[in-house]
Amino acid sequence: MPEPALKHLLSVDDLGGRAGIEAMLDLTDSFVEVLARDIPKVPALRGKTVVSLFYEESTRTRLSFETAAKRLSADTMTFSVSTSSVKKGESLLDTVHTIEAMGIDGIVVRHPCAGAPHRVASWSQASVVNAGDGRHEHPTQALLDAFTLRRHRGPSLDGCRIAIVGDVKHSRVARSNVKLFDALGCEVTFVGPPTLMPERLDGWPATVSYDLDDALVDIDVVYLLRIQRERIGQALFPSVREYAARYGLTSERASRLKPDTLVMHPGPLNRGVEIAADVADSTRSLITEQVANGVAVRMAVLWSLLGSGGPVI
Amino acid sequence: MHASDAAANEHAPATPGGGHLFFRAGVFDPADLRRAVTRIAHEIVERNHGAADLVLVGLYTRGVALARRLAAAIESFEGIAVPIGTLDVAFYRDDIGLRPVQPLGPTEVPDVAGRVVVLVDDVLYTGRTVRSALDALLELGRPRAVQLAVLVDRGHRELPVRADYVGKNLPTKAAEDVRVHLSEVDGGDDRVEIWGPAEEAKRDA
Amino acid sequence: MADPQVLVRGGRVIDATGERVADVRIVGGVVTEVAPSLAPEAGSLVLDAEGCVVAPGLVDIQVHFREPGREDAETIETGARAAAKGGFTAVVCMPNTDPPLDDAAVVQAVLERGRYAACDVRVAGCITKGRRGEELAPLGELYDRGVRVFTDDGDCVADALVMRRAFEYALALPGAVLSQHAEDPSLVAGGHMNEGEWSARLGIPGRPAEAEISIVARDLTLARVTGGRYHVLHLSTAGAAALVRAAKAEGVRVTAECTPQHVVLTDALCASFDPVFKMNPPLRTAADVDALKAALADGTIDAIATDHAPHAPETKEVPFEEAPPGMLGVETALGVAITQLVEPGVLSMQQALAALSWKPARIAGLDAAGHGGPIEPGHAAHLCVFDPNERWVVDASRLASKSRNSPFDGWKLAGRVRHTLLRGVPMVRDGEAQR
Repeated sequence: MPEPALKHLLSVDDLGGRAGIEAMLDLTDSFVEVLARDIPKVPALRGKTVVSLFYEESTRTRLSFETAAKRLSADTMTFSVSTSSVKKGESLLDTVHTIEAMGIDGIVVRHPCAGAPHRVASWSQASVVNAGDGRHEHPTQALLDAFTLRRHRGPSLDGCRIAIVGDVKHSRVARSNVKLFDALGCEVTFVGPPTLMPERLDGWPATVSYDLDDALVDIDVVYLLRIQRERIGQALFPSVREYAARYGLTSERASRLKPDTLVMHPGPLNRGVEIAADVADSTRSLITEQVANGVAVRMAVLWSLLGSGGPVI
Repeated sequence: MHASDAAANEHAPATPGGGHLFFRAGVFDPADLRRAVTRIAHEIVERNHGAADLVLVGLYTRGVALARRLAAAIESFEGIAVPIGTLDVAFYRDDIGLRPVQPLGPTEVPDVAGRVVVLVDDVLYTGRTVRSALDALLELGRPRAVQLAVLVDRGHRELPVRADYVGKNLPTKAAEDVRVHLSEVDGGDDRVEIWGPAEEAKRDA
Repeated sequence: MADPQVLVRGGRVIDATGERVADVRIVGGVVTEVAPSLAPEAGSLVLDAEGCVVAPGLVDIQVHFREPGREDAETIETGARAAAKGGFTAVVCMPNTDPPLDDAAVVQAVLERGRYAACDVRVAGCITKGRRGEELAPLGELYDRGVRVFTDDGDCVADALVMRRAFEYALALPGAVLSQHAEDPSLVAGGHMNEGEWSARLGIPGRPAEAEISIVARDLTLARVTGGRYHVLHLSTAGAAALVRAAKAEGVRVTAECTPQHVVLTDALCASFDPVFKMNPPLRTAADVDALKAALADGTIDAIATDHAPHAPETKEVPFEEAPPGMLGVETALGVAITQLVEPGVLSMQQALAALSWKPARIAGLDAAGHGGPIEPGHAAHLCVFDPNERWVVDASRLASKSRNSPFDGWKLAGRVRHTLLRGVPMVRDGEAQR
C-alpha cells in the first residue's frame, strides 16, 4: 500500500529534484483554482490537525500556513513562544511531546536554529514542515518564488538568469532558492559584498559577483534579500547608506534593466535599503504576488504531506 | 494504465492478494458504446423536457470525455449546445490518506444556479465518488436538481446512490475490474471490458 | 598476612621497552616477575590474558568528570568507572567545573573524591582565576597540591600578555606544563561547527581552523621566548600540526594531543544536525583527519586524549546550535584507536599504546606515580589487559558513564578491555567493573 511520497518537508532536497518540484508546482495550480472560488475551501484535510510551532516572530509566514491549513479544512493550533510555556523554560523536545500528546498530524516549525525542524522530525510521529530554520532553509518560500516566477516565465524556467542580491551568508531563503532554481534549470548569481557571502561555496550551483551593476546586465530576475539592520556593527558592511549605494536596487539601476526583467523579494521590505520604494511598487515587481501565492503553495505542501497518500489506517 | 487511475474510476479496492488481473470479457464494442451514449442523450432530453436548462458536468477523467460526447449527441438532434463543466473531486474524497489521491485536472463549472446538472461518469461502483462530486458541486452553486448518468453500473454500492441514466447494468464480482477505454482519452478503439483475477486452478498451477 | 598476589597469565606484554610473550607476577601492587610460564603461588589470583595484550594502564590527560557542578552528567565515581572499563588507570580532570579548579581547597576536595575511584584521578588547575583570562590563578599553591597541568580548558587564554606571564611564572614549578584550548575567542564567537563547506551549506555559524592555528602560532612564539613548557589540547587542524612539527624540530618544549574523534570523524557528520557530533574544537575536514593521522604516526602529536565530555541527555536533545559541545570518550578510545589506527596500519600497536599510555603519562607527570610502565619488576602494577581481536558494538545506552553522548554509538570496534589493574588490584575483571 502507498507510503506517503513525502513525510516531511525539511529541505528543498526532500522534494526529489526537478520532477518532484514540478509536481508540487502543478499541484499548486489546483489550489490556486480552489482559492478563486466563492467558497475557497475544500474538505481535503478534514479531521487533521496542524500545529504551528513558531520560535521566531513571523506573523506573515504563520498566517500563510494557518490559512492554507484552514482552506483545506484542517484544524489549526498555534504555539507561539511569546505566550507559551517555552518562556517558563520548557525545552523544544518537551514541547513537541506535549503537543503530540494532543493528537496532531502536522507541525509547522519556525526556529532560529538551523536543523531544529530535523530534530523535531526525529522526535515526532507527525509530519514536519520547515517554515524557516536559522540560516539553513525555507523550502516553502523557494516553492512560492518558483511558482510565482513560473506564472510569468513558465512553464519552463530553463536558462532563466537570476541574481540573488544581498546577505546570502545569513539567508535561509538564498540557501533554499539556489537549490530550487538550479533544479528548474535557472542560472543563479549571488551578488553582495564578500563579507555577506557564505564562507565556502563548494558545490553550490551559483556564481558570485561583488559588483551589482555588472551582474544586472542581461539579467532576467533580480531577487533581493532583506538586509537585517542588526548586521551593522558586526563589521560586515560599513553603513546602510553605503550598502544601499553599492548593492541596493535603486530607481536609477532599475531603469537600466531590460524591460521584462522581474523583481522579487521575500519580504518584509526595507524600502530605501535593498530596494527603492518606487521599484518595489513598479509593474516589474512580483512582491505582492509572491505573498498571494504563498497560501496555495502551502496548501499543496500540506496536502502532499497529510492528504494525498498517508499511511494506511 | 487504468490501475493507476483507480481514484478517477471508482472506489476499486486493491486486487485481493495483490495478484494480476486477466481479461475476462468484452462488454461494449465501439458501436455498442456509441448506441449507449445516444440512448442516454435522448433519455436526458426526454426526462427534462428539452435541453434548455441543462448543464453536463463530467467527472475526471473519462466522465469529462463522456459529457462531451453526450453534449455533442444532444446538439445533433436537439440543436442546443448544452454547457459542459469539469469536476475534480480529489479534495472531496473520503479516502484521503488511505491511498494516493492526486487532482486530475482543473475544475471548471459554468453557473449552475437554478439549472439541472447531470453528473457524468464512466463507472458507478461504491457511490463514493458521486458523493464527493455532490459535495464539490454544491459548493460551486445551488442547482435546481442533480441527476447522474453513467456508462456502466457494476453494483456493490456502499452509499445510497442511484443513477438516473445507465448505459448498461453489469453484475460483477468485487475482485473484478471494469475497464472503460475511450479513444480520446486512451487511444485505440472505444471498448468496455471486464478483467478479473486468475482462476483458482490457474493460480495453484 | 602475606601481600596479595596476582598472576596475569598468557598475554603478550607491550610497553615502551618492546614486546614479549610473558606472564606478569604482582605482589603487593608491584610487578615482581615478567617471564614466560610462571607458576601461580598458592592463593594467588590468576587472571587469564590468553590472546590479549598486556600493556601499561592507559592514561587520559583530558577528561571532564563534571564534579563539582554537573553531577547529573557525570561524577568522579562514574567517570572513573567508565575510564577503568576503557582500560585507563589514570586520568587528569579539566578545571572547568563549577566552581572552577582555581583554588587549592577545591582541588583538595576533588582529589579526596577521587581517592577511592576506579582509577587514579588527578586534576589540572586553572591558569587564570575563574578561567576569566585576566589574573593568574595561584599556580604555586595548586602545584603544591600535586597539580602539574595548568589550563583554562573550555576557554582559551586569549590575552597574550597573560599567557606570557603564566609561561614565565611556571618556569619556577618543575614539571609543570601549560595546556591550551587553542581557539581564538574572537574568531569563534557564535560558532558551532567547523567553518567550511559544510557550515556554509547547513547555515550553521562556523569556528574556523585559523582560530586554532593563530593561537598555537602565538603560544609557540611565547614558549620559545620564555623557554616554558606548552601542551596543545585536542589539536584538530592540519595547520596547527604543521606548526607543532616545526617547533619540535627547533627544540621548543611543546607536546600535543588529539582526540579519537578528531582523528576519525569529520564535519560532514553535522549534516544530521545531531548535537552528538558537536564539540570544541569542532570536527574538521577529511584533510585535517589525514594530517592528524600523519602527525600521530611521526610523533608530532604525542598523545591521544579523549576530552571525555559527558552531557545529560536532555542537554543534547535540543537543536544543534543550542547544545553544549563535547563527546564521551573513555570507554571507546582504545577500540577506536585499534580499529581506525592500528588495523589500517597508521600506527603500530606499540605506537598506539605509547599515545594512550606512557607518552601522556610523562606529559602530565603521572610517570612519577608509576603510570605508563614499563612492565618490569619493581614498577607499580598499573595494567591494561585487552583482546585486540575481540569485536564489540558500542551501545551508548549501556555505557558505564552517566551520560549517553557518544559519537561512536552503534560502531563495531575491535579491542575490548578484559582486565584493568590499579596497583595490582583488578578494577575491571573479565570486562566487569569491580568498583
